[in-house]
Amino acid sequence: MSMSRDRVKILIVVVALAAVALLVPHTTSFIILLATRALAFSILVMSLDLLLGFTGLASLGQAAYLGVGAYLTAILAARYQIGLGYDFWLVAAFGMLGAAALAALFGLLATRATGVYFLMITLALGQCVWGLAYRWNSLTGGDNGINLEHRPKFGIDLANQVTFFYVVFGFFAASLLVLYTIVRSPFGRSLVGIREREPRMKILGYNTWLHKYLAFIIAGAFGGLSGVLWAHTAGIVSPENVVLTTSVDALLMAVLGGAGTLVGGIIGASVVLFIREYLSTLVHWWQYALGGVYVLVILYLPGGLMSIPERIRQWRTAQVKSAAAPH
Amino acid sequence: MPRVAASAEILRDTLSIQSLLTWAKLKAKASRGKGTGAVDARFWLIQAFNGISYGALLFLVGSGLSLIFGVMRIVNLAHGSYFLLGGYVALSVIWTTGSWLLAIPVAAFTVALIGLVMERVFLRPLGFDPLRQVLLTVGFAFLFQQAALDIWTGNPFDINPPAVLTQTIVVGGLHLPLYRIFMIGVALFIGLTLWLVMEKTRLGATIRATVDDAEMARGVGIDTSYISMLIFALGAFLAALGGVIGGAFLGVYPGLDFEMLPIAFAVVIIGGMGSLGGAAIGALIVGLADNFGKALFPEISYFTLYAPMALILAVKPTGLFGRE
Repeated sequence: MSMSRDRVKILIVVVALAAVALLVPHTTSFIILLATRALAFSILVMSLDLLLGFTGLASLGQAAYLGVGAYLTAILAARYQIGLGYDFWLVAAFGMLGAAALAALFGLLATRATGVYFLMITLALGQCVWGLAYRWNSLTGGDNGINLEHRPKFGIDLANQVTFFYVVFGFFAASLLVLYTIVRSPFGRSLVGIREREPRMKILGYNTWLHKYLAFIIAGAFGGLSGVLWAHTAGIVSPENVVLTTSVDALLMAVLGGAGTLVGGIIGASVVLFIREYLSTLVHWWQYALGGVYVLVILYLPGGLMSIPERIRQWRTAQVKSAAAPH
Repeated sequence: MPRVAASAEILRDTLSIQSLLTWAKLKAKASRGKGTGAVDARFWLIQAFNGISYGALLFLVGSGLSLIFGVMRIVNLAHGSYFLLGGYVALSVIWTTGSWLLAIPVAAFTVALIGLVMERVFLRPLGFDPLRQVLLTVGFAFLFQQAALDIWTGNPFDINPPAVLTQTIVVGGLHLPLYRIFMIGVALFIGLTLWLVMEKTRLGATIRATVDDAEMARGVGIDTSYISMLIFALGAFLAALGGVIGGAFLGVYPGLDFEMLPIAFAVVIIGGMGSLGGAAIGALIVGLADNFGKALFPEISYFTLYAPMALILAVKPTGLFGRE
């Protein structure tokens, strides 16, 4: 029963993503840009979801890993012309490795804490990276950031909007697949166990610290990948990408879409970017829409937008039951 | 109007760290060879003074955040927003009445009311679920940010204190801006009042009991729900007060909320959560570290602030002076 329901869910996600991939290129260039941004950023959101939704650790410093990937890409491209040809793939791997290395370092400190302490320690670590990006002018260009003049060209030209959209989509789909495999593996199951009750997992003989540490590093690696793509999507990398609000954005999107669902990430990212970039061109009250939607979701839909179908199903069965119940 | 703007310029100039630094360097150059020791000492003294007065401001922001954590076990991510809203409300009061003195209580009480409503209507119904409560405060931080943009536009403003406070006084050959001394005075007054209330009154005792063990406090009949409402409003009050007072040299502009938030966190973490004395020490340390860091090694100045914070958290999550 549950197996078949899972299959249906997977099928829905695959069909929806296929529809996005097929339809978006036929829309306006503004929407293609918006979709590309949402896809690139949602990899960061999914990486955060691995920590928040599956391990129960709310990170407020995830932008640091996006920053590592983005700055690495920008510095290599702007200073050394590396990563603009076939070596783009090398840079993408480097971005992931660099961010994973930073996560391995930061994780030593962060995974000692839980709950709000984890939140604060990741915030502090994120601020360290931001501080360096902001002040270390000779390396990062300080407040002005680093401009990327060209997108990579290797057989295909990523300067073409649709081509670039498909590349980012490909990375997104691959990340989703890998992360999904991870959370469905025994390793992922034990992460959920830690989220639910860590002491019990310890008693059962699990090295919970190591599990959390590995999850932290994996999340960092995908954050780095998101950064590599974000650098080429935006064309500029600046401290803005590493600042606290970017981490907060990622957290907001994860919760909005639905923590512990992975695909909720793209939904959250799309909704937030849509309200911020598109609704703002139509109405002036858009400013309240974002905060309002978010507050309402926290209050009334703890499972995020992804839990709406489940909610409706529950509501329906409750209706049926109350109708069938003898009075 | 131009006169006011000019006075703000002068104030900001006398207060700015960079100008003091260049001033010290110029002096050092000018007097090279003949007793640079005195100039050096003066430079250090002025930096220390700036650090302490900045710490005074940070105490206002940090103490509220610390108390809220102590009582409710949540980190209020809208705390920077209270700081910013305080500044904005004060500006509105100044624009309509022209009174800076009136702006301080109006701003502080308005924001305290916002905090109170937020706690009562939104945070309380979530019960004891710290993660969701924290996430909710993020939502409010966004909502406030957007509301501020809508109401007060995205332009940066300055809060100009009365001319009396923009003077500088000379103490032992040091030119000290009176306004910074005023900031230290306010923080001392607030700190002492809070300390007296906490240590000497029945209300203070119930608050301390709630910080130590909320469950036990409920058990002996303390209305912890009432206490958390009170503390949340107090925290908002203090942050807004900081926003008005800090508005004179930090300015009031969009984004200040999320700039202030991590610094307030640093104060609370270094000092220890839920402890008033800790917040005072944390504020002093962060104020001094920030000033000397920016003056001595600007390239890694923020790093030197946040890296110790992360280390302290990893080693002793309750902060240096926090209770276990």
